[in-house]
Amino acid sequence: MKKVLEVKDLYVSFTTYGGEVKAVRGVSFALNKGETLAIVGESGCGKSVTSQSIMGLIPTPPGKITGGEILFKGRDLTKLKEPELRKIRGADISMIFQDPMTALNPTMTVDEQIIEGIIQHEKLSRLEAKQKTIDILHLVGIPGPESRLKQYPHQFSGGMRQRIVIAMALVCEPEVLIADEPTTALDVTIQAQILELFKAIQEKTGVSIILITHDLGVVAQVADRIAVMYAGKIVEAGNRRDIFYKPQHPYTKGLLNSVPRLDREEAELISIAGSPPDLFSPPIGCPFAARCDYAMEVCDRVYPFKTIMNREHHVDCWLQDERAKRLLAVK
Amino acid sequence: MNTYIIKRLTAMVVTLWLIVTLTFFLMHSLPGSPFNQERTTSEAVQKNLEAFYHLDEPLLVQYGSYLKSLLTLDFGPSIKNSSQDVNDMLGRGFPISFELGLWTLLVAITSGIILGVVASLRHNGIIDYLAMTIAVVGISVPNFVMATLLIQQLAVKWPIFPVATWSSSMHMVLPILALATGPMAIIARLTRTSMLEVLTQDYIRTAKAKGLSPFKIVVKHALRNALLPVVTVLGTLAASILTGTFVIEKIFAIPGMGKYFVDSISNRDYPVIMGTTVFYSTILIVMLFLVDLMYGILDPRIKLHKKEGK
Ligand SMILES: Nc1ncnc2c1ncn2[C@@H]1O[C@H](COP(=O)(O)OP(=O)(O)OP(=O)(O)O)[C@@H](O)[C@H]1O
Ligand SMILES: [Mg+2]
Repeated sequence: MKKVLEVKDLYVSFTTYGGEVKAVRGVSFALNKGETLAIVGESGCGKSVTSQSIMGLIPTPPGKITGGEILFKGRDLTKLKEPELRKIRGADISMIFQDPMTALNPTMTVDEQIIEGIIQHEKLSRLEAKQKTIDILHLVGIPGPESRLKQYPHQFSGGMRQRIVIAMALVCEPEVLIADEPTTALDVTIQAQILELFKAIQEKTGVSIILITHDLGVVAQVADRIAVMYAGKIVEAGNRRDIFYKPQHPYTKGLLNSVPRLDREEAELISIAGSPPDLFSPPIGCPFAARCDYAMEVCDRVYPFKTIMNREHHVDCWLQDERAKRLLAVK
Repeated sequence: MNTYIIKRLTAMVVTLWLIVTLTFFLMHSLPGSPFNQERTTSEAVQKNLEAFYHLDEPLLVQYGSYLKSLLTLDFGPSIKNSSQDVNDMLGRGFPISFELGLWTLLVAITSGIILGVVASLRHNGIIDYLAMTIAVVGISVPNFVMATLLIQQLAVKWPIFPVATWSSSMHMVLPILALATGPMAIIARLTRTSMLEVLTQDYIRTAKAKGLSPFKIVVKHALRNALLPVVTVLGTLAASILTGTFVIEKIFAIPGMGKYFVDSISNRDYPVIMGTTVFYSTILIVMLFLVDLMYGILDPRIKLHKKEGK
């Protein structure tokens, strides 16, 4: 499988009055052609910061990429200057944001908002751009787009607006689509429709998708692979089957226990007690140790090594270490 | 749209009528009359004069005939300068006041917006602080003080501009500057605050994610939204500029309408008081109406008429 995007050991910090917030601390992952990679984790774990770093969209200052590489088409995006990044944004890598109610400019017609993106990146006449806009609106399932071009965002429902946002992101046929909680603000039936749309579009265009969410139900529907983030690190990653049926990290297990499932007997939902560590001075050991039922002494002292479960599945947890298994056996 | 405009026009006429009525009775309740200043006129002369201007009739009758003449757009003769009609005075003074007011508004709006936008883009930078210092000074210094300062610096100390009358474009610079600083400062501050807020909005991030240049983002996406709150204050700003012209015209000896208005009150020149008041009120009411129309055009979410809807 061909890698289209690779993030290697990414570090991102924010300088604030209170000190340096280490929002992303050594994140690595690769995105393959035509797949959907889900990044999941609790609020504040650094999902949005990671994705905005890829687009070069973290507000600088206060934000700064302090280390690592983001490789795309043989180039390291962290090294590119702003004008170079602008050529990539919207053309090669696109982004969809959480709230369709606020993501569109309220004082600009829908067609203008899509056309300006096309004209920015492609040498097309306005007429051609308009045709392209109609086509993409068809693709994302806006009924009768020709008659709605001159309408304003407030004349569309939430679900329709999210479709417009998706159309806007896809119109220049990007290779990578980053969707940051694209369904969180929508009600459940609309959510399902939008997720269907993602799948359909992916089949048609072969776009690779990074889907950011904290909703494991969404993940179960569309993700090929899953990366679980906690306190600025990816603590476990693997394909969907492995993560859902053979989760290794206590945090992943905790997340799974906190969503309702049809395939389990016990109906009780358990949320993970406690809250994530503050990222001003993250613990030197495993950041989850304080909330972990299985924490050992070593967990507080040393960040766990990566244990490879299979080609795709890996986890950062001392419990998977050979030595820990011996220890547990003794106990 | 049409029903909206008709409704608004009706409301405007009613407002104007209320203003006319209130002014008329307030004016007549003031002590003094056009004829009993300085000069002592004999009782008989006084009587004759009052009869000539119908001031001896009951107030309601006078009110009725004034309304009637208003309908024919006739403001009547001035009592103080019996050779002049109020219409003539307005016809001579208004173009000058209008020129002064319009230039002031233009200067205030353009420089205010530019200052505000630049400040917001350099948020917390030196330019921002500088611009906001100018703004605070502009807001807190009254225009007559500003006028005096400008005259002292740019006409007396450094004789760059002439000070009085309205004979060339050079003559217009100082009065316009004096009158424009306050409104400019208000617009600059509003624009800045509003821009800072708009720049954090999600749709700006969306625009960035499309790969648009910062210039396009500011001009196409941010500015239009940021100007909405600015537009709402334009009506009141126009009003304050209007009242400002009275003082400024006096200071710079500009033969505009303000002079007639101020003089007419101390002279109890009833027709001139009424005429200028009605005229100023009409201008203001129309301005407010235009601002509302403009707001509806700038912000598509505001529907000026009910039928549009979904
Ligand atoms: N502009 C900023 N200034 C300071 N800190 C920031 C800024 N943006 C993000 N952070 C910090 O970075 C961390 C990660 O934030 P991020 O938005 O990536 O979380 P998230 O995983 O997307 O959460 P959510 O699910 O709530 O969207 C948070 O602790 C946040 O406080
Ligand atoms: Mg987020």
